[in-house]
Amino acid sequence: MKTIRTVFMKEIVDNFRDRRTLMSALLLGPLFGPILFAFVINLSVKQSLENRDEALELPVVGAEHAPNLMRFLESNNINIAEGPTTRDAAIDAVSLGNQDVVIVIPANFGENLANMIPATVEVITDQANRQAERESRRATRALSAYSQEIAAMRLTVRGVNPQVMRPLNIDEVDVSTPSGRSAILLGMLSYFFIFALLSGGMNLAIDATAGERERGSLEPLLCLPVTRDHLIFGKILAACFFMAISLSLSLTCFHFVLKFMPLQELGMTPNFGPSVVALAFLLLVPFALVGASLMTLVASFTKSFKEAQTWVSVVLLAPTMPILVVSILMVRPSTALMFIPSLSQHLLLVGLIKNEPLNILHVLVSVSGTLVIGAALTWVCARLYRREGLLG
Amino acid sequence: MIVVENLHKSFGNVKAVQGVSFRAEDGRITGLLGPNGAGKSTTLRALYTVLKPDSGTAIIDGINVVDDSLAARARIGTLPHGAGLYPHLTARENITYYAKLYAMTPERIAARVQQVIDDLDIGDFADRRTKGFSQGQRTKVALARSLVHQPQNIILDEPSNGLDVMATRALRELIRELKAAGKCVLFSSHVMQEVAALCDEIVIISSGKVAMQDTPEGIRNATGCDDLEEAFVKAIDIVEVEA
Repeated sequence: MKTIRTVFMKEIVDNFRDRRTLMSALLLGPLFGPILFAFVINLSVKQSLENRDEALELPVVGAEHAPNLMRFLESNNINIAEGPTTRDAAIDAVSLGNQDVVIVIPANFGENLANMIPATVEVITDQANRQAERESRRATRALSAYSQEIAAMRLTVRGVNPQVMRPLNIDEVDVSTPSGRSAILLGMLSYFFIFALLSGGMNLAIDATAGERERGSLEPLLCLPVTRDHLIFGKILAACFFMAISLSLSLTCFHFVLKFMPLQELGMTPNFGPSVVALAFLLLVPFALVGASLMTLVASFTKSFKEAQTWVSVVLLAPTMPILVVSILMVRPSTALMFIPSLSQHLLLVGLIKNEPLNILHVLVSVSGTLVIGAALTWVCARLYRREGLLG
Repeated sequence: MIVVENLHKSFGNVKAVQGVSFRAEDGRITGLLGPNGAGKSTTLRALYTVLKPDSGTAIIDGINVVDDSLAARARIGTLPHGAGLYPHLTARENITYYAKLYAMTPERIAARVQQVIDDLDIGDFADRRTKGFSQGQRTKVALARSLVHQPQNIILDEPSNGLDVMATRALRELIRELKAAGKCVLFSSHVMQEVAALCDEIVIISSGKVAMQDTPEGIRNATGCDDLEEAFVKAIDIVEVEA
């Protein structure tokens, strides 16, 4: 026990003086997530607000053939803009990206309308362009509304109730709470936290084998009258400690960042107060043992610090895999899934942010399952640390 | 006292050490001499229990290194080849870390750390971080670290590598002091002059076997060469002819 404590304390002091560790543990990991997140959120808020309020500038070819339609469009917050004057010019302009959407009204539009022949209106757009897709949808929706209005008038003139054209009344009822809606976006938070956690202990995990070996300090260390198990336990615990610091900084950072983000505008009220931060820390911190031992394990197979960095970076990505699969398949949390480290933390965190009551069984399975897997990986590390080949 | 008994160690097909036996007595300086790749480091690594011998063993102060490696390690101070320090810790912290791992009491740590710092004359830079130390400074700190627990047996693997003249002289002086204190000093070298200048007993190793063990005088007589370097070459030739 005393040996473990000595090694642990030495690693803490050593790494607090190491700029490389401090950069990744206290700066890079905890800040990377919040900054990226704030950027993405602000961008999407800006875009959705712009689209909702702003009038759509819509060039129309042959506007003079449909004056009533033009007035209808203008009353629907669509401004008739200057643009190409012929159909060919309109197609060119759209395919070159000069215009997103152009409406073309043929010369026989009024005549067809009067003769009850379906009157063609062309909406020229490039569906590969996302911005254009949204605008063309707005234009199309306005045109269908106009079409329905005329149909209703025609029926009324003939003494038919326009309601006969609406056998169904489709009403979508959205049951997602504002917190629930935010969970989709905030779901990616869990990865930021796990990333911050892992990057906090990365240098220590590499240092335990590849780093010590490269510096030439491994051999004298192994000559000391202490068991190698105690050395590796002390080192893994120190890595866990740095991971915990990194995680708590990252959570705290998010707590403040979320306060200053216009999430209400997106209809989201994330549940991320101080008590959630504390709870999230307790739910996520068991993953540190898995992360530290897994990284130490991977690093122990490498020949140099540089090589170790390459391989350990892969470990940074590994926890995303289960999260990604589950996000795509839209799996609901279940007790079985709670046995999978990183995934169980993700699911619990999403539930927490959604303001759902914590399932105690799930929490117990997640925490104990993750710790057991972490302990098993630590045991494997200790086995590997006993190898003769360790010295390289 | 260190007794090596019929040590064998192979790495795959390479037979690094094949039946090395020798004794290093207390109060004497024993030099392990041999060309590069002769098996010196492998022998020493087996002694300080980083490597497990395939067969044979070594006895340190009556403790078998294979059976009770932990107790054996407590009896030795080692300076492995190219011993590295922790660059973010000061020299004093590096030494103290080892003292703690030797499970010394806090009072003894305080006294002994200062003692080795004085003995090795590293007071001037003891409280600086070791990053950027010269090779000589680093070797001194590494040596201080391995002597902090006052081991009876000291094993040094090519200690003078990369040291300048002054540092080498200081190192020799220290080794003589350890001898005078009744310690058992075992060190390896491929530099003839160094071994000749220091050793009471020379073990010449070549191709993983002991070619000869004797006093410098005895080796000169046995090979019929006045010059120790000639004797060294001759002794190695004998082994290689047999192989």
